[in-house]
This record gives sequence, C-alpha cells and structure tokens, in this order.
Amino acid sequence: MERIKLTIDSTPVEVDPGSTVLDAAKKAGVHIPTLCYHPELKLEGSCRICVVEIEGMKNLAASCVYPAANGMVVRTNSEVVRKTRKSIVELLLANHPEDCLVCPRHGTCELQDLSHQLSVRKVRFRGEKRELALDESSIAVVRDPNKCILCGRCIRICEHTQKVSAIGLAGRGSRAVVTTPFNRGLAEGPCVACGQCIKVCPVAALRERDASEQVWKALSNSTLHTVVQVAPAVRAALGEEFGLRPGALVTEKMVSALRKLGFNRVFDTQFGADLTVVEEGHELLHRLERNENLPQISSCSPGWVKYAEHFFPEMLNLVSTCKSPQQMFGALVKTYYAEKFGIAARDIFHVAVMPCTAKKFEASREEMGRDGLQDVDAVITTRELAFMIKEAGIDFANLPDSEFDLPLGMSSGAGTIFGVTGGVTEAVLRSVYEIKTGKELEEVEFQAVRGFGGVREAQIPLNGMTLRVAIVNSLGQAEKILNKIKAGEASYHFIEIMGCLGGCIGGGGQPFSKDPDIKQKRASALYRQDHLKRVRKAHENPAIKELYRSFLGEPNGEKAHDLLHTHYHARPRY
Amino acid sequence: MSDEKKCITCPGCDGARDPKYDEVDKVIAKYRNLEGALIMILHQTQEIFGYLPEEVQRYVAKGLNIPLADVYGVTTFYSYFSLTPRGKYRIAVCMGTACYVRGAGSLVSAFEKELAVKVGGTTPDRLFTLEVSRCIGACGLAPVLTVNEDVYGNIGPERVAGILAKYRDRQ
Repeated sequence: MERIKLTIDSTPVEVDPGSTVLDAAKKAGVHIPTLCYHPELKLEGSCRICVVEIEGMKNLAASCVYPAANGMVVRTNSEVVRKTRKSIVELLLANHPEDCLVCPRHGTCELQDLSHQLSVRKVRFRGEKRELALDESSIAVVRDPNKCILCGRCIRICEHTQKVSAIGLAGRGSRAVVTTPFNRGLAEGPCVACGQCIKVCPVAALRERDASEQVWKALSNSTLHTVVQVAPAVRAALGEEFGLRPGALVTEKMVSALRKLGFNRVFDTQFGADLTVVEEGHELLHRLERNENLPQISSCSPGWVKYAEHFFPEMLNLVSTCKSPQQMFGALVKTYYAEKFGIAARDIFHVAVMPCTAKKFEASREEMGRDGLQDVDAVITTRELAFMIKEAGIDFANLPDSEFDLPLGMSSGAGTIFGVTGGVTEAVLRSVYEIKTGKELEEVEFQAVRGFGGVREAQIPLNGMTLRVAIVNSLGQAEKILNKIKAGEASYHFIEIMGCLGGCIGGGGQPFSKDPDIKQKRASALYRQDHLKRVRKAHENPAIKELYRSFLGEPNGEKAHDLLHTHYHARPRY
Repeated sequence: MSDEKKCITCPGCDGARDPKYDEVDKVIAKYRNLEGALIMILHQTQEIFGYLPEEVQRYVAKGLNIPLADVYGVTTFYSYFSLTPRGKYRIAVCMGTACYVRGAGSLVSAFEKELAVKVGGTTPDRLFTLEVSRCIGACGLAPVLTVNEDVYGNIGPERVAGILAKYRDRQ
C-alpha cells in the first residue's frame, strides 16, 4: 500500500497507512505530550492533551487517535495548541488533591510531569475536590479515586489486556468514577491483583498496598531473625530507581543494600525457582507417562493462578500443583532453614522482594503456611524496596558488591530466567531433557521459546517424542489459548502462563518506566546473568542436590508434596 | 419445587427462586446474540423488577457472560435506570429549557411538598417516585410532566394535588 506523506511542524514525514498523527510526529522526531494514550493499550482519545492544529480543520484534533492523511499539514506547538494544553492540565489540577509533596508518585507522576513540561505556573480554575473513600479491601492494590483523572488506562489494561474487568467507569459527567461494581472493593470481585493497572496509572490513583512499615518494624526488632528472598526480575530493574541505565544488572549492589537495611540473611528466590524446575519437571514427566492432566500449565504467576480460579475453575486440574518459587522458598525458610540453623520458625520474619503485587496476595493464601504461621511474612515490590533504600540514605549506585548468603542464595541460570516470559519453559526443558534422556544437554539456550509475542509455540524433540509447548504472557492471551484447548482446537503438553506482559520483568510492582523497550532491556539483563552462571541447569545446583539428599528425599516425594505443592479452588467471577 | 431442583449456590437463600428471573431468562435468550443488546435487556429487566437491584445486575451479567463492571457502568450511566426501588407511579418533571423557563421548578416544589419526598425519592407506601427528566421533546406543552406513560402538558402547581389524587384513586 502507498505510504502517506504529511508535514509535521514543517518536517516532511512518510508513514504507513493506518498511522495516527501521533505516530507520524514520533517519526518526525516531534514530541507531543500524552496522558490517556499508552503504547500498550487500545486508543481512547479522551484526555485531549495531545491536541494539534491541522491546516484546514476548524477544531484541534487529538493526535493519538487522528489518522494521518496525505498532504496533511500539522502544527504541534502553535499558540492555540500550547494554550489549550495548558488549560487542560489546569482543569485536571482544579479538582486534583494538592498533596504532591507527600504523594507516593511524587517524581514519577505523569500529571506532575505534564504540568512541569507545559510550564503551568498557576491554576486559574477552582474545582470541587471529591472526598471518596479509598478502596483498601485488597491486600495487594489500593485505589484512591480522589487522585483519579479518569484517563481510563487502568480500565483498558484490565479489560482488554487482562480480560478481567475488575474495574470500570461508573456514573456520568462530573460524578464519573473508576470503581468496582457497586463500589464493593477489589477484594470482592475477580481482581487477580496483577497490578498492571498500577503500572499504567499516570498518577497515584492506583498503587500497591505498602508493606514497608511492617518490614521496618521487623528489622528493628532484635528478637526477630530477618530473612529476605529476592526475585530474579528485581535485579534487572531496581537500578532504574537510582538513575542507572535501564537493563543494568544490579544483583551484587542489591545484596549489599539489603544487608545495609539490616537483614540477617539475604537469599535468592532463584534457589526457589531451581527447586520449582525440579518439582515441576518431574511432575510433567509423571503426567506425560500417565497421559493425564495435560497440558500441564505452570503455576508460578499468582495473578494467573487467581485468574484461573475465577475464570477457568473447570481447568484447575491442569495447573501444576507446584507452589511458586516464592512459596517453595518460604516453606523451606520456616522448616529446612530453621531446623538447619536451630532457629524457631516463629522467630523468623521472612520478607520477599517481588516485581509483583499478586505475590502479596499469594503469600496471604491460607494454604501458604503451617502451624498458624505464614511462610512469607511480608512481600514488598521492587518499588517499595527502592523507597526503603532511599529512606535509609543508602547511596545505591556506589555500593560495593556483595554475594548472596548460602545455602539458599545459590542458584543456577535456569532460576534466573524465570523472571522473563519463556524462562520457566526454557528452565524446565533444560532439566526435563536430561532427566528423561539421561544424556547431557549440549545447547542449553532454547531460542525458540524466547521473545515477547503474546503466544509462542515450540516443538521440542524429547527422547523419541515431540514435546509441544506454548508460552503465554498476559491473561487476555491465556483466555484465548484456554478456550482453544477447551474447544479441542489446540493441544500441548506444557503451557507456561505469565499474568503480565513480558513476564515478571513487566510485573505490576516494577519501577515506573516510559522506555518503550524496557521489557527487552530488563530481559537481556537476565539472559546475560544466565549466560554468566557456572551452573545453568536447576537440577545441577549443588544446594538443591544437598536439599534433596539431606531433607526432602525424592522430587515429588512425600515430604516434597507436603511442603512444595499446593491446591487451588474455584472462586466466583460474579 | 422438588429437592433436586433446589438451588443451593448462594448463601442465605432458601432455594426458592423469584419467578421474575424466569422472565429475565426469556429476555436474555431473545436478545443475547444481538450486538449491543445490553441496554435493551436492562430496560426490559427493569420493567420486570421495577428497578435494577444488585443481584439482578449480577444475574444479567452472568446470563450474558459479560463482566459485571460493564453492566454496572451502563446502569449508572443512564438516568433511566434505577438501582433503588421505585414507586408504582413514576413522576418525571421535564427540566428542559422550555419547561424550566415556564415554571417546571415550581412544579417540582409542589410535588415535593405534596409527596413529602425530595427529587429522586419514593413515598413510603411505594406509590410514587419523584424524578426530573431532560427535555422530552414536547416543548409546545411546556411545562410538561409524565406519570409512567401518561403525559401532562401546560401544568401549573395548582393541578399537582389533582393529578396525584387520580393515581391514588386507582389503588
């Protein structure tokens, strides 16, 4: 098809048919401010901040939705455009709380940025400030409707990308509000706590339930033995909070920072991931042998697990019974580690640092503990950890390197790549191949399962059979593939489902980023770390071998089942 | 109802089902494959129940296999839909420009006084609900009001008591 030629601020530019004026401006190197627009989401065009002047048109056009056309002459910074944008920001500010200095999004708020970028120096309007109740019903996600600017990004990601629709727009006009049906709160509906709404919220209307106070309290309690585990995706993103380049791998500095915060032991969730690989790999081989409960679907992503419980309860038998790395790790901290080092489980305060808000929910599930104690006492996100490091006055960028403690800090490259979509599959393949064939796997990198497509498929030869695998990221894609399986239109042996786009690196607890390539950059950090690891296969991790030898017994054995496996239950969708 | 047909899914329910739900089932079955059918279905469901209680909205969402947030978004957007019980007779005073300048405001005051409820309210005997509406397109009759399907034009506050009496007598 013929390309479209147009002019943006006197720069000629050519774009493909179907492009918007905003796309064309990007191509011409012209920055247009946006707010309701988000590159990952369906277009809406409701906030009007991206308006431009188009020659021959009476009114300004919203460039994010306006189609580029041949011969179009666009001006993005004329006086009327600048004045209009300012007025829009002023109107938004007119009924926005004026508490920027104590707002958790101070410094990362897009409304604040816009106001600054557009040189808004006074607000000429005074609007009614609402005082609606906060929704604090969920253990993972807090909604503050007073800060909401109705851009609709949260609704779009929840409805289209995740196919959950826990929230929606209710009411009309000045009374319109983003809320849960009947304002019953996130905890009552089908919210899976994935936190993708937080990730796209430009302001602080959606945020994680902050657990850092609880962690500070434990750290200053000298009678508690504090143990922290850190998920793989955290080390690929934490540096962004301290001005390091996106994709910087900060594992050793992160460990130093955690020690400085006062944790008695700094361990690695990747150890839990290695253990998950061994358990899940054996479970898969077992199911293949018996030809039952196939495809086996991964269970590491708590947002996905909760989604399955709400939306596909009839398929819960397919979900691996393995706990997630966080919870396998938690169970071991309160048993194996406690016994080995002679510390009473009740004296251990176990914190998990996660790229994920759903992990907060997962840790609170009643199946995830024993003897009245939860296996994980508090979950903080990458962002919350960054806040704690800043609050403690730690100069992160200049920290010396430090290594994880042993034995639960020892991990393989297989555990590392859990943090990116396709990683669980690749990690499982590395082990399953060797367990099944008894031969050494020479090429450990399965390029076929890498990438960022919503659904990726691969066929892996395995000892005379062909293992059909699928890798899914985002719940909207999960819905599609599960419906296909139900209809008999697709058949696999193993499916990896991650609740968030890109896997954990794109989790709802990760630093806010405007970098369009952020997922690729974080992923490459994890693949780099995997590449540098001496041990690349989970079952070859010496600490895992020792764990089975001295404590667990056989993979999928009785003790392993008791501690490392779980069950699921249907939850209502309505 | 025989035992095996008793519904046991919802707590606090004796299993007896309001036959109105059977009517809703018919409405859903009739329109379910039609795109954009939600408003029509809610409209008729409101006719059946008189208003749209929470459990009925849940029932419709489930019946159509759509998110509850979608249903709730529609029912709270359109002023036509009511989430609270309404009276047998629904009085709607038009507040369009023409009616407004011809004294709709004093009509509303008169109804509020006679019924002892504010706009949006329902009388304790559930006979009347007082509402205001946007322009109904009968500006030539301004000020105009409707009681269910009946239209009254050129109405002054002095006729309010008489109109109410007419419906009270129908009881």
